[in-house]
Amino acid sequence: MKIVKVLGNDRRHKVFVYALSTCAWCKKTKKFLEDHGIEFEYVDVDLCSKEDIEVIRSELERRGAPMSFPYIIIDDNVGILGFREDELKEALGV
Amino acid sequence: MTGLEEAKRRAESDAKSRGYFLNPDTSFLNDLLAGLVENERRYGYPSCPCRIATGKFELDRDIICPCDYRDADVEKYGACYCALYVRKDIFEGKTPLNPVPERRPPQKQRAAISAAGTPVSVSVKAAEKPDVEKKESGAPGMKLWYCKQCGYVALRDEPPYLCPICKAKKEMFAEVKLELVG
Ligand code: SF4
Repeated sequence: MKIVKVLGNDRRHKVFVYALSTCAWCKKTKKFLEDHGIEFEYVDVDLCSKEDIEVIRSELERRGAPMSFPYIIIDDNVGILGFREDELKEALGV
Repeated sequence: MTGLEEAKRRAESDAKSRGYFLNPDTSFLNDLLAGLVENERRYGYPSCPCRIATGKFELDRDIICPCDYRDADVEKYGACYCALYVRKDIFEGKTPLNPVPERRPPQKQRAAISAAGTPVSVSVKAAEKPDVEKKESGAPGMKLWYCKQCGYVALRDEPPYLCPICKAKKEMFAEVKLELVG
């Protein structure tokens, strides 16, 4: 699975984004995190192999998350669906 | 191959015919159009940039742009799920644009993610394109296309983007092969 790590100065939280490479909201989410200097990792699900997508699918299912994107997981427990600036700001303390 | 300009022209004329507007944020709009162009290159049809597609027409047909959910979402939330198409008050900035919840049924989303994944080679995908996408190389000319949904027939070099009668998408058109005898 091609997980991309984006470096940032703010490493207070562990941030992981399930995204689609073609999705403008996903792009906005990545840009928001970058602009705030937040370190995060992401995977573009649409570019993954069938095997990797199966892993992602069961992971999302285990979390009770819907199969839509972007889905942002903060510190392994908070899940945010879609680009919701207010929720992201609050969860990340920015 | 559809380019960004062509994708924009299509979306603009479609928006106009429905009384919608395209997202006023130019860079956001271009990202969405680029996503549509990329999906058309990948799958043979412009599936929704913000949803996962499979490349299997039967599984993706409801999310080929403009998707089956657009009209209800624009009416209720002022924008389609991706916010490519927006209502006038959002276009004019009078109403803030909020994230639009996913209207596509969860079972369809699950079926999509289970069938998604990059193919072994891109050429395999190209071969799976619907028949209407195939172009005869070096033999340009008019063909007869019929709409599998309502039976409308058109004589054109390419199938209509939308059926003028029942609004079925381009992918619903099949070529009529005529053989002249005698
Ligand atoms: S949500 Fe918008 S951009 Fe996505 S397929 Fe539907 S109409 Fe097109």
